Amino acid sequence: MNFQRADDTSANLALEIKGVSKAYGRFPALKDVSLQARDKEFLALLGPSGSGKTTLLRVLAGLETPDAGEVRFGGEDFLSLPVRHRKVGMVFQHYALFRHMTVAQNIAFGLTVRKRSEKPSKSEIADRVHKLLQLVQLEDLGKRYPSQLSGGQRQRVALARALAIEPRMLLLDEPFGALDAQVRRELRRWLRELHDRAGVTTVFVTHDQEEALDLADRVAILKDGQLIQLGSPNEVYEHPATPFVFDFLGQACRMPGVVEGGRLRIADWDSEAPAGAPQGAVEVFFRPDEVTFAPADGAGLSADVKAVAQRGPDVRIDCRIEGQPVELIGHGPTLPPGVSPGLSVRVRPTRPQVYAAG
Amino acid sequence: MNPTIRLPGLAPLFLVLTLTILGVLIVLPLGVVFASALSQGLAAYIEPLTHPDALAAIRLTLTVAAISVPLNAIFGVAAAWAIARFEFKGKSLLVTFIDLPFSMSPVVSGLVWVLLFGAQGWFGPWLQDHNIKIIFATSGLVLATVLVTLPFVARELIPLMQDQGADEEAAALTLGAGGFTTFWRVTLPNIKWALLYGVLLCNARAMGEFGAVSVVSGSVRGLTTTLPLHVEVLYNDYEFVGAFAAASILAGLGLVTLVLKSVLEWRHSGELSASRRH
Repeated sequence: MNFQRADDTSANLALEIKGVSKAYGRFPALKDVSLQARDKEFLALLGPSGSGKTTLLRVLAGLETPDAGEVRFGGEDFLSLPVRHRKVGMVFQHYALFRHMTVAQNIAFGLTVRKRSEKPSKSEIADRVHKLLQLVQLEDLGKRYPSQLSGGQRQRVALARALAIEPRMLLLDEPFGALDAQVRRELRRWLRELHDRAGVTTVFVTHDQEEALDLADRVAILKDGQLIQLGSPNEVYEHPATPFVFDFLGQACRMPGVVEGGRLRIADWDSEAPAGAPQGAVEVFFRPDEVTFAPADGAGLSADVKAVAQRGPDVRIDCRIEGQPVELIGHGPTLPPGVSPGLSVRVRPTRPQVYAAG
Repeated sequence: MNPTIRLPGLAPLFLVLTLTILGVLIVLPLGVVFASALSQGLAAYIEPLTHPDALAAIRLTLTVAAISVPLNAIFGVAAAWAIARFEFKGKSLLVTFIDLPFSMSPVVSGLVWVLLFGAQGWFGPWLQDHNIKIIFATSGLVLATVLVTLPFVARELIPLMQDQGADEEAAALTLGAGGFTTFWRVTLPNIKWALLYGVLLCNARAMGEFGAVSVVSGSVRGLTTTLPLHVEVLYNDYEFVGAFAAASILAGLGLVTLVLKSVLEWRHSGELSASRRH
């Protein structure tokens, strides 16, 4: 299957990954992964742990060598370049700041290790470090050591250090993984703004679907070392390619059904099948909040309401559909008429996704 | 930092017990060494230490340590690097082997060299034909010392490097540093205190080693006697003041090592092995 967008033109392609495979002993970490990133794109590699996303990132950095496949950046064969010549800025999951160097020395490192002919002068380096400290809003902390910083500050130092070498590509491994929820949300916005200003192609790894959908231009979803789907956050959310993607990107309700002659039948409810639905036995997936309610004698899935509870701005509706416990979510303060414990209603998924059963 | 737990009544008991054992087994003998050495006055203490044989023994001890300690430091860093950074077959076997000198009698560590390089040893005739002397010579003393002290540096570094992980080195590479630069500017500074700690312990053992060295030395006075062997030779000759004077140097070395070791543990506990943190 090909999930690439039709408007991909090779003219603005930055990163091309073709048929990359990598195994650790007998465990395959990556299986024939192909994907591209456009110039200045913010690409998320999303998947559960063990999906191969970090391995792929390390292949891009040059810290792992794939068993097969091709990686090109700006048309150049990346795999034949050693790590140090790739000019990728990498931010590690635990930041990997040099613990015995100050913040300023950390940021300057990439400049000070350059060949003498390419090395900026001391004052140029100091100047650059100062500008980067300003950029990451840590101007006063240049003389501190990493152990004297908070998690969020360390992450920003790691980012400044990666940006100091003027990278051709920025690689971020679970950039918010080690931070608490509040800091994480703030940094997310900030990072996106920084990316837009710096204009560097960025690939970041995350297991958090909300983070990927919120932050990225496009999301690559991996599972068991394989690329399952690649698309904009909207595309993958609205049209998940497989039940796995549907499930991984948000809450899911699932019902068995049958598609015959353009009609979709779930239990005693018969409706028009969505375009392109497979024939025969199917699994129908829908989001718990993408439903409308109708009176018990109307059309839809018959649901017995068991409990209704206000949860912040949402209403959680516990009900049973075809004997299965299902948790639905209604938005807004007012409940649809008839939705109260002990009553039966009809539930109609507004945007069901239909996958071949099996 | 662990909170201190007080068990009522037990603390004084344990404290007295510990201090008694410490006093009888360590402070008392140490006191005896210095008291005996100084029993006939300062002049009598200095005199045997300035004897040519004693000076030769001190010089030899320093020479052996000066060669074997750097060798062990290099080996220790290399072994720790290999074990902490790479996966390979037989790794756990290698770790076990590094520890072998600790569990084996030092006499064996000396004897193996005699069996290899002695006159009746495997390579003995060949060495004799080429006029190379290993046993009963400085090179034999170095070999024996290296083998006995092999684990010190490696065992200090392995847990630390495993604990630190390879991310900082990987980061240095992505930032454009070469392998050598990365080692000098990232790896080495991160392990420097643990390395120093290991070198310190290694040095104390190298200078104080008796068993292994005595097998390969032949105890030729003024030529192949290190300080510990010199002590034995004098003691067997009933030259007690001289023996204790030489022993006091070794004891002093032990005390200096202890102080330096404590300073390291106190100032840089976080950068020593994870197991040594407090």
